[in-house]
Amino acid sequence: MRIVIIDDSGLRATVLEEGLREAGYDDIHIVPPRGGFVARLERMAPDVVLMDLGSPSRDTLEEMLTVSRALARPIAMFVDQSDETMIGAAIDAGVSAYVVDGLRKERVKPVLELAVRRFNAFAKLQSELDEARTALSDRKIIDRAKSILMSQRGLSEPDAYALLRSSAMNQGKKIVDVAQALITASDLLGGM
Amino acid sequence: MTTDLRIAFLPLTDAAVLAVAREKGFAEEEGLHLDLVRTTSWATLRDRLVFGQVQAAHMLAPLAVAVTLGLSQQAAPLAAPYKLNVNGNMLVMASAFAQALDPDIAARLDDPLGTAHDFAAAIGLWKRKPVIGVVHRFSSHSVMLRYWLASAGVDPDRDVILRVLPPSLTVEAIGAGEIDGFIAGEPWGSAAVDAGLAEAVAIGERIWRRGVEKILAFRTPWLEENPDTVDRLLRALVRAAAWCDDPQHHEALAHLLSRPQYVDQPADVILRALSGGIVPRVDMAPLSMPDFMLFSREATPFPWRSQALWIYSQLVRWKMVEHSADNAAKAASVFRPDIFRRALANSDVAMPGASMKVEGAVGSPLAVGSKRGELTLGPDRFFDGRVFDPERIEDFLASF
Repeated sequence: MRIVIIDDSGLRATVLEEGLREAGYDDIHIVPPRGGFVARLERMAPDVVLMDLGSPSRDTLEEMLTVSRALARPIAMFVDQSDETMIGAAIDAGVSAYVVDGLRKERVKPVLELAVRRFNAFAKLQSELDEARTALSDRKIIDRAKSILMSQRGLSEPDAYALLRSSAMNQGKKIVDVAQALITASDLLGGM
Repeated sequence: MTTDLRIAFLPLTDAAVLAVAREKGFAEEEGLHLDLVRTTSWATLRDRLVFGQVQAAHMLAPLAVAVTLGLSQQAAPLAAPYKLNVNGNMLVMASAFAQALDPDIAARLDDPLGTAHDFAAAIGLWKRKPVIGVVHRFSSHSVMLRYWLASAGVDPDRDVILRVLPPSLTVEAIGAGEIDGFIAGEPWGSAAVDAGLAEAVAIGERIWRRGVEKILAFRTPWLEENPDTVDRLLRALVRAAAWCDDPQHHEALAHLLSRPQYVDQPADVILRALSGGIVPRVDMAPLSMPDFMLFSREATPFPWRSQALWIYSQLVRWKMVEHSADNAAKAASVFRPDIFRRALANSDVAMPGASMKVEGAVGSPLAVGSKRGELTLGPDRFFDGRVFDPERIEDFLASF
């Protein structure tokens, strides 16, 4: 069974490919949806095409599946009528699957289920990464505010932090917001 | 109690009525909270609607007909009780191609028939088959482009290459030379003009003076099970649409739509379609086209069944579906004037007395029978002068 993954995000495609290989599928290709990707796809004659629901190129792919003369067998979106939760899970995870005519449902389902799990795992990873990035940038803002207080008010680092913290508590705000306000004010006043 | 509704849309100027219903309090006044789900392809918008992730969608009218007829992946009966706009498309071509057309752009746009013939000649001069981007096989854009090309003897399936790509990728694609031009909803034509990549070649409103564009689509069973919610939404949209059409609000509307959660393009580019000041080439002053995109006046939101049938006739013409009485009935059933009437029964909205009309027959503004108040229909001619009588589809098809 030849599986083609159409995906913009190199990382997510790799995560999915690894999962499929571990499950014993070995004929897997990754095609980024750019330029003439449909011509490449036609030549590959895939049995299953997996694509990110968020990709704007889905319309281009579907058009190719509709009009292509190069494909020996028609390919259509995989919808298991007997399993509505599966459809919902796939849409929630953001993955769509297209399969060639005649491929048995039992053969497609495990591929789609695996894709859904991997897409979800990737989304979780991504949001953790975003959180970590936010945390990092929060820390940088607080550090900068601390150094303003240290140089302008002659405070030690722990005292500068304690001052930020108590102002935040008094104002009912987050420390990072107080720190940001301090940096903005300091910039306006020409400090630093 | 507030009802939550999820509605999918694509980043386009003609999603305006939904954005305004949410942001200007019209939905809230009807006890609705709208969660607008930004989507980047028509396929995903369709799937979100068909599989119930959203309750309604800002959809291409021909796509709603196609899904109902089972022509676009999973078949599902869809219902459109409300038209979100008429008009709003523009065909733009790279300047290298447009050189072969009338250099007087205002004259070019005013004479779609002449321009279609010039375009046909330009195809012969071009180094290969021109590649024209269309947003979807089942889009008003594709249907109108085909109608226009065919009027000059161009076979859209043989003489040009129609490449499907979503509106948001059109500008990038013409910049990269992957396409020679495209027809899309605003602001994408204006964005390509603004980038100096293309110039206006035809305006949707000049091809069909009142061309059906986006509709609000529901799954029919859901629509039938939730009459109260549907009615409240339609009332909110009618008021939002009137707000959108008011010239005093165009600037504010352009700014609202320019936000990242909506169209995410510069407000001054979005404003052009709203105010009807279309810049046809980057170095030119705007041309005045007051009917470029309509949301409210002339009962724009009213879903005439004859318009669903006109779309159907074009799908048959291009062999996308086989004509049968059953298919025609299914297509006509997508547009739901009965629901529109029910929802606005106690409002002051002027309501057409009929549900079908002969399309393309109104040459100048015409006062028509209305249940309430004054209703004037704007000119709805096709540029080639054809008229479509929904009772005589076979004759109409035989005329091509």
